[in-house]
Amino acid sequence: MNLDQTRAPLYEAMKEHRLNRVVPFDVPGHKGGRGNAVLTDFLGSDCLKNDVNSMKPLDNLCHPISVIKESQELAADAFGADGSFFIVNGATGAVQAMIMSVCKAGDKIILPRNVHRSAINALVICGAVPVYVNPDVNKDLGIPLGMKVEEVEKAIAENPDAKAVLINNPTYYGICSDLKRIVETAHRHGLLALCDEAHGTHFYFGENLPPSGMSCGADMSAVSVHKTGGSLTQSAILLTAKTVNYDYVRQIINLTQTTSASYLLMVSLDLARQNLALHGREYYAKTAEFADYARKEVNNTGGYYAFGEELCDGKAFYAFDKTKLSIHTRTMGLAGIEVYDLLRDEYGIQIEFGDIGNILAIITGADRALEIERLMSALSEIKRIYGKSPVGLYDHEYIDPVVEMPPQQAFYSKQISAPLDETAGKICAEFVMCYPPGIPILAPGERITEDILDYIRFAKEKGCNVTGCRDMKVERLEVVK
Amino acid sequence: MELWFTENHTENVRFSIKIKQHLVSEQSEFQKIDILESEEFGKILVLDGYLMLTEKDEYIYHEMITHVPMSVNPNIRKILVIGAGDGGTVRELCRFKSVEHIDMVEIDRRVVELCREYIPQTACSLDDPRVNIYYEDGLKFVRGAENEYDLIIVDSTDPFGPGEGLFTKEFYGNCYKALTEDGILVNQHESTFYDEYAMAMKRAHSRIKSFFPTALVYQVHIPTYPSGHWLFGFASKKYHPVDDFNADWWLSQGLKTYYYNRFVHIGCFALPQNVRDVLRETKKQVPDQSDS
Repeated sequence: MNLDQTRAPLYEAMKEHRLNRVVPFDVPGHKGGRGNAVLTDFLGSDCLKNDVNSMKPLDNLCHPISVIKESQELAADAFGADGSFFIVNGATGAVQAMIMSVCKAGDKIILPRNVHRSAINALVICGAVPVYVNPDVNKDLGIPLGMKVEEVEKAIAENPDAKAVLINNPTYYGICSDLKRIVETAHRHGLLALCDEAHGTHFYFGENLPPSGMSCGADMSAVSVHKTGGSLTQSAILLTAKTVNYDYVRQIINLTQTTSASYLLMVSLDLARQNLALHGREYYAKTAEFADYARKEVNNTGGYYAFGEELCDGKAFYAFDKTKLSIHTRTMGLAGIEVYDLLRDEYGIQIEFGDIGNILAIITGADRALEIERLMSALSEIKRIYGKSPVGLYDHEYIDPVVEMPPQQAFYSKQISAPLDETAGKICAEFVMCYPPGIPILAPGERITEDILDYIRFAKEKGCNVTGCRDMKVERLEVVK
Repeated sequence: MELWFTENHTENVRFSIKIKQHLVSEQSEFQKIDILESEEFGKILVLDGYLMLTEKDEYIYHEMITHVPMSVNPNIRKILVIGAGDGGTVRELCRFKSVEHIDMVEIDRRVVELCREYIPQTACSLDDPRVNIYYEDGLKFVRGAENEYDLIIVDSTDPFGPGEGLFTKEFYGNCYKALTEDGILVNQHESTFYDEYAMAMKRAHSRIKSFFPTALVYQVHIPTYPSGHWLFGFASKKYHPVDDFNADWWLSQGLKTYYYNRFVHIGCFALPQNVRDVLRETKKQVPDQSDS
């Protein structure tokens, strides 16, 4: 870091703006909260007073020339990137801008199938064609892993015209590929390397964690600072290297991003960056300490398996993000989603997600020991009261997709709506996914199989939040006519 | 100059005691610890601004949280006490010769150390050879125990602050698991007079009821606690606190008490109507004192 990271230019400008007591005859119309007493009482007067719009002293996210520009430069410096963009539409916005900056209609992009829906959404919008690298699956845990270097090599060899490789760093479960070698491989063949680091903000600031995208030479990375970096929900940062045209990326972002970017979100990014640059190392050391302790306790409880670095194999499970508390639950006869529901309904504990075989609890340095103990005790109680033998549970999570047409073509094709049970063999025209984690079970353009239908039915039965379809109850699917 | 300690019993109600001397004021890892000396109540222990005990009326709390369960099952040998860093609960338990083993789990070592130094009236039995003190989270400690204790006493602070975990469903479930078949759970159960405490009381009661076939509450009068009217919970897998009360055994122990006696034992389970009404609002799983 070369710049003065104690500075927070946007924050400083917003503070000064308030002291100046400028009379607001601009939006927002609530005028510092006076227009909505209940909202002001609920969120706090400071929050409403800081909800301002772009103006000369506060710069403009669409065309930053002063304090936002400086804040973005500080963020780039803190993350070890050449450039950065504040994004107010989540890492979703960052992932889409990243893909749309390097792919046009018909261009190929190499990506693992367990990407977040935002990546495939970008393909629907821009018309790029996915080349999926099948992530390996850990059969015991039922989770998709990372990409093997040789699989990426193979995909490039078969698609030498591809424009870029997209890499999850890490996956939702905390699993990393051999990022450095994948980036090198991509570059050697003239492809760009893009990282989805929605769950990897801490890689840039913590110690003894897997390497970050930019440190491995990636060309761009979408970082969801709000997830583990401490900014407000929906705020994210897109990082760029010199290898991409920064100003072109800005134009792409401006195609879809709001012209009224929230200053609450932006200032939260400015202050999160300042905090991480100054205190990130201790914060993530504490995070890892909590997570290590929790993993040990969960594994002592028996029945559960909180997996960690012991599964690293140098290939598809190249590295593990130890700040993630990923717990396999199937070994005691409960689906992850069942444990997830019990924790909330019976014990008042909300975790990040539960899928068929696993749960994930987000641990950060902002946790307190007493709450970690509550989670541990509740898990031990769930095992005692609800645990059973693991019969009759679905035993795999990843299903190899058969891509029949590009997502955009399928999404905009002539379609018919068919009952779920009658769709085997048809080409799906929409998304089906459990949310969270938001990784598509089916994406537009993929062939529907009995295996996939079994999986959807099982997920519905277990109470997963199945989303993405036009039919909110997921009784019918839109298929290509 | 006059020095007064004031606790807000609610946003709109204050309780004040004139103080002679401020003996200790210390921020531990977990809470703010104050020990004061007063004219009327003797020494006073205050945690995070909440009055925990005074020398003058602590006997009420400590006798009632111990003698009630002890005289229901004379075969109580192994006891787990959670919280209770002042030592008062352990002092009362140590008076029973039948008790063989007491594990006391207090999260805050400083509370114990300061009470040993400044309030020996309650801390006097902490060195009894039957007592083992563990400085760790009670929720964590009890999680590791199974079918081990005849009695668990939860002598906790209020459910806001470090004692929060001791009012949760997972904690009561873990206690159930840690108790033997004869096991009894007694807990500090807040009160019903002021809304904030009543909420905590109701939640605790319905959670305990979801595990134990017998789950009752009993009342005491503690002049320095909010409203002066306080409750304890009595839950058991096997015993009913009144039907199984062994008055003869208790009398045979020859223990001098100042609040507890065999009449109070029966009477404290007779609850005023307003408490019964609050209990009735909790989720009902078994018939209890709210049934007329």
